[in-house]
Amino acid sequence: MTEPNRPLSPHLQVYRWLPAMAPSILHRASGVFLSLASLLLVYWLVAVARGPEAYAAVGRVFGSLPVRVLLAGAIAAFWYHLIAGLRHLALDADLGFDKVTARRSSAAVVVLAGVATLATLALAWHQLVLS
Amino acid sequence: MNLRSPLGAAMAHGSARSGTGHWRDQRLGAVALVPLGLWFLWALLTRPDLGHAGVVAWIAEPLTAVPLALFTLVALWHSLLGTAVIIEDYVHGHGLKAVSLVALRLVHGLAAAAAIVALVAIVGGGAG
Repeated sequence: MTEPNRPLSPHLQVYRWLPAMAPSILHRASGVFLSLASLLLVYWLVAVARGPEAYAAVGRVFGSLPVRVLLAGAIAAFWYHLIAGLRHLALDADLGFDKVTARRSSAAVVVLAGVATLATLALAWHQLVLS
Repeated sequence: MNLRSPLGAAMAHGSARSGTGHWRDQRLGAVALVPLGLWFLWALLTRPDLGHAGVVAWIAEPLTAVPLALFTLVALWHSLLGTAVIIEDYVHGHGLKAVSLVALRLVHGLAAAAAIVALVAIVGGGAG
């Protein structure tokens, strides 16, 4: 097949940087992060199915510092993607689409996601210390 | 009435007539993942016993197995749709784009199959 020289959707470098682009890019980045985390979930489920030895081995991987940092990042990505996703659904429904409201809601998403992430990490920390 | 030329259709120019389905499925998955994701996070955080026997007994309960299966599969479906759009946007060149999209489907298909087999094994009592 010949390389088509047809118009594609415009790419980032075409645009002058605007603050409104940050929530959109963060939404994609957190989504990619969550895709990787979903593979970790499947890895964990397979280990549960394979038995106590495999589960213990995966437990050591999950307990290591780099994976713990990754999981903490996944919690932040989870909350950001969930709350920003709700905002996107509202925007799709033509709610809050004017410039001022959209700016305010994107800032609110960051604040809410940050608070939810800290609360979740505190709860997870509490669990780890207790168990 | 269809105003598109037959040649254009044969060369796959213009709308593929499948864009709205992708868009709608992405949002359908998103709406489903709000309660499923919140349930999953809450369930994990409030489980004091994460030892193997405890986790197996927990997943084997239908009230866990059903939402867990839904969460995993809908999340993988939503993930496939989302990452495919990112590749379509940022990977240039027909060949590389096609290979990336196939690889993406392969990874997500493998993960979905592995999750289903694992859940069936756990619920069926195959996980010693």
